[in-house]
Amino acid sequence: MSNAKAQPKSVLWDWLTTVDHKKIGIMYMVAGLFFFALGGLEAILMRIQLMFPEFSFLGYQTYNEVLTMHGTTMIFLAAMPLLFGFMNFIVPLQIGARDVAFPFLNSLGFWLFLFGGLLLNVSWFTGGAPDAAWTAYVPLSSDSPGHGVDYYVLGLQVSGAGTLIGGINFLVTIINMRAPGMSMMRMPLFTWSTFVTSMLILFAFPALTIGLLLLMLDRIFGGAFFDVAAGGNVVIWQHLFWIFGHPEVYILILPAFGMFSEIIATFAKKRLFGYSAMVFATLIIGFLGFMVWAHHMFTVGMGPVANAIFAVATMAIAVPTGIKIFNWLLTLWGGRIKFTVANLFALAFIPSFTMGGVTGVMLATSAANYQFHDTYFVVAHFHYVIIGGVVFGIFAGMFYWWPKMFGYRLDETLGKIFFWLFLIGFHLTFFVQHFLGLMGMPRRVASFLDGQGLNEMNLISTIGAFMMGVAFIILVITLIVSRKNTDNVDDPWDGRTLEWATPSPVPEYNFAQTPLVRELDALWHEKYEGDGKMKAAEPLDDIHMPNGSILPIFISLGLTVASFGLIYSTHVITVIGLLITFGAMFVRSIKEDHGYHIPVSEIKRGKGER
Amino acid sequence: MKHLWRLLPFSFILLLAGCGVENLSALDPQGPVADMQLSLIQLSLYIMILVIVVVFAVYLFVLIKFRERPGDTHIPKQVHGNRTLEFIWTTIPILLLLMLAVPNVMDTFTLAETSIPEADEDGVEPVPGEDYVTIRATAHQFWWEFEYPELEINAGQEMYIPTDTRIIVELEASDVIHSFWIPALVGKQDNVPGITNDLWFEAPEEGVFFGKCTEICGPSHWLMDFKVIAVDQSTFTTWADTMAAPPAEFTEPQGEVAVEGRQIFEANCIACHAIGDEGGAVGPNFTNYADREVVAGFLEHTDENLREWIRDPQSLKPGNEMPAFDESTLSEEELDSLIEYIDTLQILE
Ligand code: HEM
Ligand SMILES: [Cu+2]
Repeated sequence: MSNAKAQPKSVLWDWLTTVDHKKIGIMYMVAGLFFFALGGLEAILMRIQLMFPEFSFLGYQTYNEVLTMHGTTMIFLAAMPLLFGFMNFIVPLQIGARDVAFPFLNSLGFWLFLFGGLLLNVSWFTGGAPDAAWTAYVPLSSDSPGHGVDYYVLGLQVSGAGTLIGGINFLVTIINMRAPGMSMMRMPLFTWSTFVTSMLILFAFPALTIGLLLLMLDRIFGGAFFDVAAGGNVVIWQHLFWIFGHPEVYILILPAFGMFSEIIATFAKKRLFGYSAMVFATLIIGFLGFMVWAHHMFTVGMGPVANAIFAVATMAIAVPTGIKIFNWLLTLWGGRIKFTVANLFALAFIPSFTMGGVTGVMLATSAANYQFHDTYFVVAHFHYVIIGGVVFGIFAGMFYWWPKMFGYRLDETLGKIFFWLFLIGFHLTFFVQHFLGLMGMPRRVASFLDGQGLNEMNLISTIGAFMMGVAFIILVITLIVSRKNTDNVDDPWDGRTLEWATPSPVPEYNFAQTPLVRELDALWHEKYEGDGKMKAAEPLDDIHMPNGSILPIFISLGLTVASFGLIYSTHVITVIGLLITFGAMFVRSIKEDHGYHIPVSEIKRGKGER
Repeated sequence: MKHLWRLLPFSFILLLAGCGVENLSALDPQGPVADMQLSLIQLSLYIMILVIVVVFAVYLFVLIKFRERPGDTHIPKQVHGNRTLEFIWTTIPILLLLMLAVPNVMDTFTLAETSIPEADEDGVEPVPGEDYVTIRATAHQFWWEFEYPELEINAGQEMYIPTDTRIIVELEASDVIHSFWIPALVGKQDNVPGITNDLWFEAPEEGVFFGKCTEICGPSHWLMDFKVIAVDQSTFTTWADTMAAPPAEFTEPQGEVAVEGRQIFEANCIACHAIGDEGGAVGPNFTNYADREVVAGFLEHTDENLREWIRDPQSLKPGNEMPAFDESTLSEEELDSLIEYIDTLQILE
């Protein structure tokens, strides 16, 4: 087996066909980082345009396209896939499983996301990207000329299907595949938050799917769901979008919360304070996340009763979130805090996210929201929670889990330079925007007039954005130059959870013998109360593994081809694409595939190498 | 030095109130509605500053006190949790939020009271134009139309209002969604096709206030500004009467050049731009054009800018509905007389 991998062509084939959750996780990470860089470049372009009043760097139409693609890319193609990368790689290890429940579907989910993301970006080369902002409010989006918004609709539809499949897969995995002794209340917080996030995906994404479907019917097949003149209604889109869109922000932040819980506990060398309260708070946030969508629509004319109800419901979310903040602080209290880069990001998250959280409560104040809404105050708020929460989480997770995922430790010195530049740049960019908004700067403006008192703060904001850009380049350099640090990678941080019980890089079967879990923080328990090794829950035996498959790529490719057919209303191509997809599904259904076994002898060899 | 510290929280408040350009900033309110909204913002801000101070204090203490010191290898005690603490940090936030939620719900209902005032004790009905004014603001890509249904007026881009009078605005849209915001006077409500929203406000002082569209509505969204011009009651009456029934010299101007300009206007412009109620409504009404603060909603009002706009509206405001008038349709001389005519359309000094 190992000599087969030596040939380069086979390596490529191996990655294209893999159903191994770890390789899929890595592919999510790589693709996510690529899209993050792209979305970041778009952000820089916007900030250059907004550096000076009435500056013309991008045209106004181009600004709107860059704006739309920045938001869409960052949310759907960067933040979510990066989190999915961690979930894929880490969750099965944390629960002591050999893989996810449906490895084939896992691979399908990834390829759907990637093809959908690429499809969306093809629009740059075919006469203009979507230009109606990431929320695509109708009728601006339904009437938008050209094909940009068609790419938005179909790109998101394809990648959204991938996300939904991924979410279901995680639910089944976490419910069914936990190692003996790993009860729900012994699951690490990252696994818990993945579980809740997957539930949110399961219930939220269908709303987006329906919204996109209606928009597609309006744009491509002359439907009139959103055409007021024909009896349609434009507010319905906003409800559908936010019934998806609000849970979406919790889909992003909950996994980050999970990561911080693990990282802070590890580097404080303390058990997470109030574990059950943390789990409960996660569930409550997940539930309330579905009850508040209309706080994005206070100014759309829902009337004072609805506005008041949604305002109060939104404020309620601050309570479980506050519980979490204090639990993290109390986890640190009495600990022995080590300032690694991973922990620096986790620690910087606490004040940064608190600032984003309190502006959230301010925004929830409906009568005041009439002033805040659709201004730079909102831009500041959501970047504080998304960058200060989600992106800091992703960076913390990268520095924390990189040794496990890639087999080398990231350089701490370069990492710290990256951290400080990014942190300062971030606050510089977004803090002043709170004031810009209240001083009369609407959001989504392609420029601003001179003499309106907005010049200085916009310049400061752009300088901050450049700092973040430089920081990101340093991160990329760090990822490359750290490759020599291959020592001490199995358990470099004195970890508490099961993933640190595996060797790095992790063998394809994860655990030679399924571990027996005896406590929360299973590995820590064995290290400090036992002999330092996980007890085995089964005798050493041959391990059954699934075979790889190229079919997920064909299924995804078929849908992408069909999308082009729809975008250009060339339905021959639509049919060809669908034939590819259903053909590949058919092959999958009739072909018998029993997987293969890894013999004990090889497993023993793997254990010996360690 | 010592008492300077005590000023710190106040300086923060000062920083908030009075930030930005006059008559543009929500932090420098010029009327009761924006006042109410700033008070609510400040209330929420104080509560939030309290939260932030507590969190930051605990945070800094913990980071300094419990940081790993060189040579330290002790294993901290593994604490499970603490019921009392968890109870406290659940209850206190709930109380703080109630302090904010109650006034918010009250204000939300107050702001929604957009009915016209009722008759007084003696049964005297309120007079539109004096006791209140209703204005229908219709948003178009990328300009604002202001109709005064009771006064039979149609105005473009600039909304005249009497001071100290209840203004009720009905919001509509003709193409995509827009949003109507006058930061210094009133928070925004959306102009949604197929729906009529409304809001109310008052302006106690005379002045010119900046209004903006805050819902992305196309490439020139950022240029979709308007002005609210608050004048005293008698000036408003003069303005309203003239707008409703423009004097003869507006449509039959004196002077040779202006007469020629009027003919050019009739040939090229009136299909879209009305004077009084005569003409189309594809673009803003022109009755009081010479009084306009700005050209096209954002350019300083000079003959030069007006010229430039007529010659090439698309490069100034991409995506708007106005065609360009180049030399082949309108010679330089014709443009001169057109502008001379437009310059006569003046109601107020
Ligand atoms: C490198 C740091 C970033 C900078 C400098 C930046 C900058 C900007 C700017 C200038 C806008 C346009 C605001 C407007 O015109 O209204 C914007 C919008 C947005 N950004 Fe970012 N951003 C950054 C990172 C992120 C990240 C990491 C995410 C999410 C994961 C994100 C999500 C969004 C969204 C959803 C929008 C709204 C797009 C829309 O209105 O359609 N941004 N950002
Ligand atoms: Cu607009």
